[in-house]
Amino acid sequence: MVRVTNLIKQFGELEVLKGMELNIEKGKIVVLIGPSGSGKTTFLRCLNVLETPTSGIVEIDQKVLDFSNSVSKKAVIQFRSLTGMVFQNYNLFPHMTALGNVMEGPVTVKKIPKQLAQKKAEELLQKVGLANKMNDYPFQLSGGQQQRVGIARALAMEPKVMLFDEPTSALDPELVGEVLKVMEDLAKDGMTMIVVTHEMRFAKDVADEVIFMDGGHIVEQGPPEQIFNRPQEARTRQFLRVLE
Amino acid sequence: MAKMYQSNSSFIDEKMIRFFDIAQSSLLPLLEGALYYTIPLTFISFCIGLILAVLSAIARISTIKIFQKISRVYVSIIRGTPLLVQLFIIFYGLPNIGIILDPFPSAIIGFSLNVGAYGSEIIRAAILSIPKGQWEASFSIGMSYRQALKRIILPQASRVSVPPLSNTFISLVKDTSLASLVLVTEMFRKAQQIAARENEFLLLYAEAGLIYWVICFLLSIIQMKIENRLERYIAK
Ligand SMILES: Nc1ncnc2c1ncn2[C@@H]1O[C@H](COP(=O)(O)OP(=O)(O)OP(=O)(O)O)[C@@H](O)[C@H]1O
Ligand SMILES: [Mg+2]
Repeated sequence: MVRVTNLIKQFGELEVLKGMELNIEKGKIVVLIGPSGSGKTTFLRCLNVLETPTSGIVEIDQKVLDFSNSVSKKAVIQFRSLTGMVFQNYNLFPHMTALGNVMEGPVTVKKIPKQLAQKKAEELLQKVGLANKMNDYPFQLSGGQQQRVGIARALAMEPKVMLFDEPTSALDPELVGEVLKVMEDLAKDGMTMIVVTHEMRFAKDVADEVIFMDGGHIVEQGPPEQIFNRPQEARTRQFLRVLE
Repeated sequence: MAKMYQSNSSFIDEKMIRFFDIAQSSLLPLLEGALYYTIPLTFISFCIGLILAVLSAIARISTIKIFQKISRVYVSIIRGTPLLVQLFIIFYGLPNIGIILDPFPSAIIGFSLNVGAYGSEIIRAAILSIPKGQWEASFSIGMSYRQALKRIILPQASRVSVPPLSNTFISLVKDTSLASLVLVTEMFRKAQQIAARENEFLLLYAEAGLIYWVICFLLSIIQMKIENRLERYIAK
């Protein structure tokens, strides 16, 4: 479903991603961990083409974008529609209700008739447990509720892969659970997901594969029980020790 | 002595009566000037100016160099020259190259260009104040630059611009008095005419000033109400 080949991202002189390689099958949940500044966010943003990689090939659902050549705006917009992004600080549209946020993509981008889009948006909000908050504005919602709207908003575009960048790290501890629950449900539904998180319990329980990243490349990857119980690399062991 | 005092007192009485008489009889013409010229001049110029301001702000933040340049030069010229000089160029100057405009349209053009330039800076700053995350969220659900600007950024930027634009609006109400100098018979010109006829300058100018003040006072109350309502719908 997702294949990344030799992905490099430089910010001026600084090389942040130094040849990332990744292969994810459909329906798999990959959790990305690593120290601050290791390039996790940058990697997700490259997949969503919010950052343009310096070079490398990204393939999602058999569509390929080769960043060694220049890519057109149109190709980027099309490619972007394959992924849905969930942001650390939600980034909801404050001037729209929860329902408006979720409908916005389908109506404005996909030109789906309003009524149809609304029906679908209502279903999605129901799915993330916000049936009774549809007409609330973001400022009326808790962080956990906002993030669930954020997830529904991304899902409304029917992406093939969902990208989560620390979706719970801006939340009060008691609100983390409700967001993780929605993500678990999504995983059960067979969504392909790449999740950057510090929630190790989520990684252990839900992930099919855990990737430990440091300094712009993948240090170690494998099933959670391997990474957490029998890490092969010293760097991974050190990171996990600090975490505990 | 007593007689003199009496005649003096009746002189003052007479003066007072005349004073109130003129104050009263001039009120209607002044209000007419406000209603037919000052207020329409303000509203029309502000609306056209706002459109210019949005276009100019968008040009300024676009990646196309020539648009940036045009916007920059426009704003610089208008903000760098006195409004009165601009009005004189349009009304008294342009006829020299064959462009003859009536007073009212001349004033509209002058004030619109002015609001456009000051508004351009306000709206540009408002657009830049919207967090980058709002653009990214828009892009992440597949929007183009135009769609993001129109649906997500401008609606929020317009809310941010309400306070400074209200100030521009209130300034504009007062600035329309300059139109008297290009022969628009707005409120202040009416005041000048009546003052000259009755030889009552202090009274008429103060009366005009009072009416401006009442208008601006009402506007500032409306401004406060709108601001309170809109504040919470802006991303922090
Ligand atoms: N737009 C940018 N311009 C320049 N440098 C950047 C930019 N974005 C990120 N970087 C740099 O790239 C490196 C990786 O950043 P990134 O945000 O991807 O790390 P991260 O793994 O997500 O860290 P964290 O856990 O703190 O979120 C950092 O050194 C950062 O300073
Ligand atoms: Mg990050």
